[in-house]
Amino acid sequence: MSTSADAILSARGLTKEFFGFKAVNNVDLDVREGTIHALIGPNGAGKTTVFNLLTKFLTPTEGRIVFRGKDITGVKPADVARLGLVRSFQISAVFPHLTVLDNVRVALQRKAHLGTQFWRSNRLLDRLNDEAHDLIEAVGLAAFAAHDAAELPYGRKRALEIATTLALDPPVLLFDEPMAGMGVEDIGRISDLIRRIAKGRTVVMVEHNLNVVSDLCDRVTVLARGEILAEGDYEEVSSNARVREAYMGSEDG
Amino acid sequence: MSSLTDTGAAQVESRERQKAHARQRSLARIGLIIAVIAVAGLIAAPFFVYPVFIMTVLCFALFATAFNLLLGYAGLLSFGHAAFFGGAAYFTAHAVKVWGWEPLLAILLGAVGAGLMGLVVGFVAIRRQGIYFAMVTLALSQMIYFIFLQAPFTHGEDGIQGVPRGDLLGLVDLNRPLNIYYFVLLIFLVGFYAVWRIVHSPYGHVLQAIRENENRAISLGYRVERYKLGAFVMSATIAGLAGSTKAIVLQIATLTDVAWQMSGEVVLMTLLGGMGTIFGPAVGAALVVTMQNYFATSDVPVTVIVGVIFVLCVLLFRRGIVGEAIRFLKR
Repeated sequence: MSTSADAILSARGLTKEFFGFKAVNNVDLDVREGTIHALIGPNGAGKTTVFNLLTKFLTPTEGRIVFRGKDITGVKPADVARLGLVRSFQISAVFPHLTVLDNVRVALQRKAHLGTQFWRSNRLLDRLNDEAHDLIEAVGLAAFAAHDAAELPYGRKRALEIATTLALDPPVLLFDEPMAGMGVEDIGRISDLIRRIAKGRTVVMVEHNLNVVSDLCDRVTVLARGEILAEGDYEEVSSNARVREAYMGSEDG
Repeated sequence: MSSLTDTGAAQVESRERQKAHARQRSLARIGLIIAVIAVAGLIAAPFFVYPVFIMTVLCFALFATAFNLLLGYAGLLSFGHAAFFGGAAYFTAHAVKVWGWEPLLAILLGAVGAGLMGLVVGFVAIRRQGIYFAMVTLALSQMIYFIFLQAPFTHGEDGIQGVPRGDLLGLVDLNRPLNIYYFVLLIFLVGFYAVWRIVHSPYGHVLQAIRENENRAISLGYRVERYKLGAFVMSATIAGLAGSTKAIVLQIATLTDVAWQMSGEVVLMTLLGGMGTIFGPAVGAALVVTMQNYFATSDVPVTVIVGVIFVLCVLLFRRGIVGEAIRFLKR
């Protein structure tokens, strides 16, 4: 198989069948290092399935996935994360009954190899506090450090999720609809945050909000019915006739 | 990091940091005070209460505490923990009675045996989640029950009776009530401390994250199956420690201890006292054993009473006795 040389993450012939139904069909994808790459498409296009396949939360029926030159098609999801491909979820993924501080510390703990010590005091984790507080401040949650994550409003949960993800300092971040269900204010804040953290990293995101996509993303892949319809920068993709037909439907503008 | 530069905001931050730690510390201090009072009470108890009764409570309290490590802190509902409790009792009883082992060594054998059973059961069960996990543990524990029913060394329906208490390390005569009492209290405290240590360790922190959101823990790079299996084995081992000790205390190992009803009873004790709290399961166990003891001689069927209390608990105070108390203190 041949992958583009400057791609940090590639998929070839990616296919996922559920009981004969092809949710994802023969998808080729190259994510270039250092870009923000969007996956867009109408509901049911298979965006989230592609996400789950890339991070191995689902096993592809066919196809291969290469990350930094390494075939990760047979790698387990936790090990994919350890390689530096860290994802978020469509429904905000926090640890609800841990404090904001502890949410971030869980992630830092893994990186610091402090996960398995069952015979030592958890005061050992206090050495992670400064780093954790820095991350919490970076996403604007400093005033909430002592609160349970469950108490946070939705937009702030997403911010916490991003702080937790950043704690792993991953070269590649995958965000599944980071703006879903957010108000205008939150969208602005999370957009800024993503732009800020994308420096020196690669970001892949599924996103419905086209303003956000045009604003943030360097490259856009359009999926429809599990297949790639078009790929390019936002201008190219949005002027593509097939995309307009499939994605924007009745819209004429 | 650069967004908050004015001093006012910075002060709010540092105050929040301190508040977070202060809150944790004050709750921890209350826990410590309660623990000291409880230990003092237990040291004095045999002079006021029938020692065998307290020892039975201690064994079940340790059993429930071990079970809670799994349910309360890893979010795994095992419906087969009797296999470890009762299995360990058989191992210890056999080692003491037939092989003539020293009691402490026999108890450790029981605990290790239960841990190994836990490794096998856990290895199969952690592949499934939720109710399927519970069903797999139930099915496997029923298989273990059947093995103990059929194996010659358990003497089937009769059980292993008349288990000698022996001399601890060949020095201390465990037939004397106070000697065995303090021996059992020591085992209980060691087991209880072990669970407390595990819960409040870096590993325990990860376990709670897995309980809260397993997929997120995976996406952060945790190999959650290993963590769950570890918790399962630790829980089974300490449940075994409790069962082994009970075999020495009551001098008997029977099918009652490995039967599925026992697995249900420990769920009940844990929920009644408060799952996911350190002291809750022990309180629940004390309550259930006391009721069983108290109503055993009356005409009222004890299962009905326990059942009614359990229903009330689920309806009125779902966090359990200790869980509700903690909530009250936090306010």
